[in-house]
Amino acid sequence: MTSVPRLAVRDLTVRFGSLVALDHVSLAVARGERRGIIGPNGAGKSTLFNAIAGEVAPSAGGVVLDGRDITRLPPHRRASLGMARTFQTTMLCPRLTVLENVILSLAALRPVRRQFLVPLGRYRGLRDEAQSLLGEVGLDGKAAWPVRMLGHGEQRQVEILLALAQRPAVLLLDEPTAGLAVEDAARVTAMLRERSRDATIVLIEHDMEFVFDVVERITVLHYGRIVAEGTPEEIRAHETVREIYLGATL
Amino acid sequence: MTGRRALLVASAAAAAALAAAVPSLGLPQYYISLLTQTWIFGIAAMSLDLLVGFTGLVSFAQAAFFGTSAYMIAVLATQYHLVAFWPALGIALGTTAALAALFGLLALRGEGVTFIIITLALNEIVWGLAYQWVSVSGGDNGIAGFIRPPVFGLDLSGTAAFYRFTLAALLVCLALLAAIVRSPFGLVLRGVRDRPRRMAALGYAVQAFRYAAFVIAAVFTGVAGVLFAYYNEFVGPVNLSLDTAVQVLIMVILGGVGTLLGPLAGAAVVVFVSNALSNLTQRWELILGAIYVAILLFARDGLVGIGHRVMRVLGAAARGAGPAARPVMSPPPGGRGEP
Repeated sequence: MTSVPRLAVRDLTVRFGSLVALDHVSLAVARGERRGIIGPNGAGKSTLFNAIAGEVAPSAGGVVLDGRDITRLPPHRRASLGMARTFQTTMLCPRLTVLENVILSLAALRPVRRQFLVPLGRYRGLRDEAQSLLGEVGLDGKAAWPVRMLGHGEQRQVEILLALAQRPAVLLLDEPTAGLAVEDAARVTAMLRERSRDATIVLIEHDMEFVFDVVERITVLHYGRIVAEGTPEEIRAHETVREIYLGATL
Repeated sequence: MTGRRALLVASAAAAAALAAAVPSLGLPQYYISLLTQTWIFGIAAMSLDLLVGFTGLVSFAQAAFFGTSAYMIAVLATQYHLVAFWPALGIALGTTAALAALFGLLALRGEGVTFIIITLALNEIVWGLAYQWVSVSGGDNGIAGFIRPPVFGLDLSGTAAFYRFTLAALLVCLALLAAIVRSPFGLVLRGVRDRPRRMAALGYAVQAFRYAAFVIAAVFTGVAGVLFAYYNEFVGPVNLSLDTAVQVLIMVILGGVGTLLGPLAGAAVVVFVSNALSNLTQRWELILGAIYVAILLFARDGLVGIGHRVMRVLGAAARGAGPAARPVMSPPPGGRGEP
């Protein structure tokens, strides 16, 4: 208990009408830790995620980033404090080019975003930076394509690249390999391994194999409550978790 | 790429030169007046396109801004004897910007349809004010009794002189709007249009960008309002009516949303066709409506979309004829619909 956790969720409760989606959930993620959050459908994973990202206002409790209470901050302020996220269903600007999407990610936290009247093309550095990021994931050849023309796997890569491009302190990943073919999933996993070394990661995932491979600790949610937390081995052996996932291979 | 760009600049310059020469071509004054109206409504349509096409906000409050600056010109001239062009323009646009700053706060509390309804209601309030605050606005009679002041020592009272003046204003507005659209700020607006949730997650204050676009668009629309007041040397409640708001929106949709130049073409079509039809028949609005519906049914991307399709067919024909096909380096040929 020497250092402040990078990200802490304290006694978080979220109600939608009479439905309690999250019931006094607390967790602390250390600096540089990779945390997986699993649970069956309706366990409250996405709600927890959206509460951390600022899209859902909690009924009680709070979210703390680096010791600072961010419970009341809107999503864009959280991003400026070093939080980045991906969406479960790819959320890119479909009519903009791949390059423009990446530029938007890079420009988001820089003063250049308010520049009007000066053409975008004048900012060579920004463009080159985006281009080289795309090169690193092998998408530079498609930089000028409108995003909607990319395949599903490639869109997924761009989705994650947008989050990584900001070099976030905390990276929230919402089912990064959902719906991907095996080779695409492998590419995304490799990309995450290589490019997120310093980031603290919170990951929601249905694909058990993927979670056990990538994360150091796992939190298990069930009906809005935490039922278990521990290393992948501990979770694999956990009695209650086995019951919840009866039939699933752990 | 540079060759294409040079061609574009050259053809734009040629078009502007041709437009400037129109009054010397011996056309009847009637057509010069219609073109003047086209340039004025073109400014209004392009600035609405900044909202509709680039920011994803459909606003019905544009007539309020158009009319407010028009009324300001008339009120300043007739009641405060302020007739000098630049101070009057400054006050008119300042008032419009202030009104937009207030309206933006109210309208942006809603998204999507709610936003549209609020802008519609706000427009009705301003219209009602002009209609009923007779001591200031003249009510239904409007305000007459002011004339075009000279600008830079140029006498604008003649049709040709005023035509050139509005054309110059159009070109300045077009250049500024095109610069805004192509700037980093413009890219952010398009991102906000496509995926506001993603933009917020990236760190953009989505509402602040929408707000800025709303006020900027209002000020440009105000320029059109000022010109229209001087064009008619009269203002009336119709300038701020919902009819005007809808008409400008039709220009944008007809021309092609998100293209800037398309709405200018849309303005030309609406101005010319509505004038031609109203000379032919009493029921011209009915026919005009049918034409709009037909264009929207068969060319949802407007006149610019039709142009693109024609170019594509011509291009395909040219490619079929000659072996020197353009190397396909980036996107595959378009034609896929919006997602």
